[in-house]
Amino acid sequence: MSAPLLEVEGLTKRFGGLTANEDVSFTLREGEIMGLIGPNGAGKTTVFNSLAGFFPPTSGTIRLDGALVGGLPPEAIAARGVARTFQIVRIFRSMTVLENVMVGAMLHHRAVPAAATIALDTLRFTGLERRAHDPAGQLTVAEQKRLELTRALATEPRLLLLDEVMAGLTASEIQEAVELVKRIRARGIACVVVEHVMEGIMPIADRMLVLENGRKIAEGPPAAIAADPVVIRAYLGEGYIASGH
Amino acid sequence: MTVELLLQTLLSGILVGLVYALVAIGLTLIFGVMDIVNFAHGEFLMFGMYAAFWGFALWGLDPIFTLPLTTLMLFAVGVAVYKLVIRRITDAPMLSQIFATFGLMILFRGLAQYMWKPDFRSVDHTVVAGKVAFLGLQFGLPQVVAAAGAVATTAALWWFLRFTRLGAALEATAADKEAAALMGIDAQKMFALAWGIGAACAGVAGALLSTYYPIFPEVGSTFILVAFVLVALGGFGSVPGAFWAGILVGVVEVMGGFLWDPAYKMVLVLSLYLVVVWFRPQGLMGKA
Amino acid sequence: MRRASSALGFAALASAVAFPLLATQVTWQNTAILMLMTAQMGVAWNILGGYAGQVSLGHAAFFGAGAYVSTLLTIKLGISPWLGMGAGAVVAAGLGVLIGWPCFRLKGHYFAMATIAVGEIVQTVVNGSELLGGAVGFTLPMAETGFWGFVFNRSKLPYYYIALGLLLATVLVNWLVNRSHVGYYLRAIKDEPDAARSLGVSLTRYKMIAMVLSAGLTAMGGTLYAQKELFIDPGSTLSTSLSIKIALVAILGGAGTLWGPVLGAVVLTAIEEASRIAFGGTGRGTDLVVYGLLLVLIAVFQPAGIAGFFQKHAPRAVPPPEPEGEFP
Repeated sequence: MSAPLLEVEGLTKRFGGLTANEDVSFTLREGEIMGLIGPNGAGKTTVFNSLAGFFPPTSGTIRLDGALVGGLPPEAIAARGVARTFQIVRIFRSMTVLENVMVGAMLHHRAVPAAATIALDTLRFTGLERRAHDPAGQLTVAEQKRLELTRALATEPRLLLLDEVMAGLTASEIQEAVELVKRIRARGIACVVVEHVMEGIMPIADRMLVLENGRKIAEGPPAAIAADPVVIRAYLGEGYIASGH
Repeated sequence: MTVELLLQTLLSGILVGLVYALVAIGLTLIFGVMDIVNFAHGEFLMFGMYAAFWGFALWGLDPIFTLPLTTLMLFAVGVAVYKLVIRRITDAPMLSQIFATFGLMILFRGLAQYMWKPDFRSVDHTVVAGKVAFLGLQFGLPQVVAAAGAVATTAALWWFLRFTRLGAALEATAADKEAAALMGIDAQKMFALAWGIGAACAGVAGALLSTYYPIFPEVGSTFILVAFVLVALGGFGSVPGAFWAGILVGVVEVMGGFLWDPAYKMVLVLSLYLVVVWFRPQGLMGKA
Repeated sequence: MRRASSALGFAALASAVAFPLLATQVTWQNTAILMLMTAQMGVAWNILGGYAGQVSLGHAAFFGAGAYVSTLLTIKLGISPWLGMGAGAVVAAGLGVLIGWPCFRLKGHYFAMATIAVGEIVQTVVNGSELLGGAVGFTLPMAETGFWGFVFNRSKLPYYYIALGLLLATVLVNWLVNRSHVGYYLRAIKDEPDAARSLGVSLTRYKMIAMVLSAGLTAMGGTLYAQKELFIDPGSTLSTSLSIKIALVAILGGAGTLWGPVLGAVVLTAIEEASRIAFGGTGRGTDLVVYGLLLVLIAVFQPAGIAGFFQKHAPRAVPPPEPEGEFP
């Protein structure tokens, strides 16, 4: 494999007196899945928001395909092939499922019929095509999360940022989500996945990054991370058990 | 352009600004506690003016003496508005909230026009008529009394918020509704209280103004615009912010009207508003 | 379902076209023209307020811009009001961009407040400007009558059909926007602006597009008004009460629906005429009471407006898109 897709170096984010991220660094290659875990308040979503352009880093660099992207607004980041989901779903409630996904597809396919085709395909890929013409608000929470994921996929991203997509899902739904993420990786899309549901991320991650108090405290393959005493201590016994919902 | 004249306009501006501040403080309190912009706030002021006026016209009572009654009446109106309308749209989409208070604004103006006719009224004689001298300059006594009343009411409100349990509960609800609820503070009661106090502040301002300002159904429109400016300038939800912004804007308005053109006073103030929201959307003392 | 609504639409259009030929009393025709003009203002407002979700309470500034620009060009330079209409639309669009630039970063309530402020500023400035007619305004000459002069004094019919045509053109623009990616983006911006940004949508650009279209179309209505009334002044074309009415029409009928504002205009005009007859004149404030009550009731009980009552049964205003071809 050639140059890495994503290079984050020394990412630091401060809000006034609060340091949310301190000197976080990692790289990601095409088609890699990286799990981003850590106790609540560790700064995972802050890393996300910096990557997605929702605020500029206080210091440090973010490179996508070698180009500096730190500080660019979200719409510019999306145009460069980075898509994201939100911790609390933000689907477009006045639209149908298909229309939601079409908004994503329109990033690269402005014409409505073309966008509709791409959207329908993407819905087939994620298994939601039966609900295509239903109002988005009528979906179950699990389906809404899947819709948001589908919408993000429709932008044809190279990097996908998934923010707790498995929270609140039943065991079988988690399994479906895991399969879906694997299919996404098979398409060559790299993923950074923030997760608390361990059985959702451990089986599929190529690598794990553990944050605590804004700092990286461990990085490595899932098995090594699960056994790492530093990580276990940070979680105080949560370990490999899903934090019960 | 003498120093005296400049000083006169400056102090006049402060007097005007203090009354503006009182109006805005009610508005910012409501916003701070429940995130709703009360487009009908100017109408609370208008009702206060009319309450004072009718007390005078029908029974010869001086607005200064009917002030306590006016305050209570407007408090009741505020609570009633909350219970009848606002309560139902607390969690509604923002569009609904705008429509609701905007609708109330129009409704109240229409009612006033229908019940009391669009004619300009005034309180012809009051115990606070006349002039007062200060530093060799002359100021209208009503204006001075109004400003003093505004300061007194603001101080009373500040004392209430800082030093009483109920006030602390109100501030807690403004800071974090859910956390306050977890501590046993009834959000609904706090909302009703905020509306009552907010309306009462505007009502007091109105009653004070009635001693020298013309009274007519649309009088709220000038003051609501200024109140918006103050709330934005001082920071949405910040009571001290609204106070200091009031003084600043009062000075800008009076001095601007004097140095430039009285017809363009509002343009100056409104332009200031637009400049502030452009450069510092959270205002001077607001949280981002 | 689609055929039923098309038949209904055709019938409505046919009756609209035939109406003034059948109802020959001038008062009826005048009321109908008023409805059409009010509806047009509402549909134009809706592009920005209902679809993009940017509630403007200062739209009279654009209406007045259209009226004043075309009137000034006619009076001072003898230019045909038709060209003036185009010029007015351009000026209003420019004004819209000027307003949108600082104001679009404001959310919800704050944007609405800013638009009120802008509307008041514009009215005050025009009121105080001798060049722009001041508080007195302008009276348009009856000199050039006929089509090119845009003055018809023998019959109201031409005004009716022009108003109808302008309304249909405005609806057409709205419909075309809805069908294009712009329409989808505007709805996304209205629902979840941050999510829209994460999908590559530039909020400012699309809000501006909505603003330009909305302002320009509103201005065209202003020119029509000027040519019909042959008198304009700040009170009739730039007032905040006019801005309120424009927004109310769309909100009452159904913000964010294509034909909602038309429903709203019909109902509102009917109510206005009825209260004028019942209470005698609008100087008593009864129209305000009605407007206000309506707004509050809508806000509390049916934010979707009159159209909301039909939504569950009627076919969608925007039909589901047809994907092209089949993929293996």
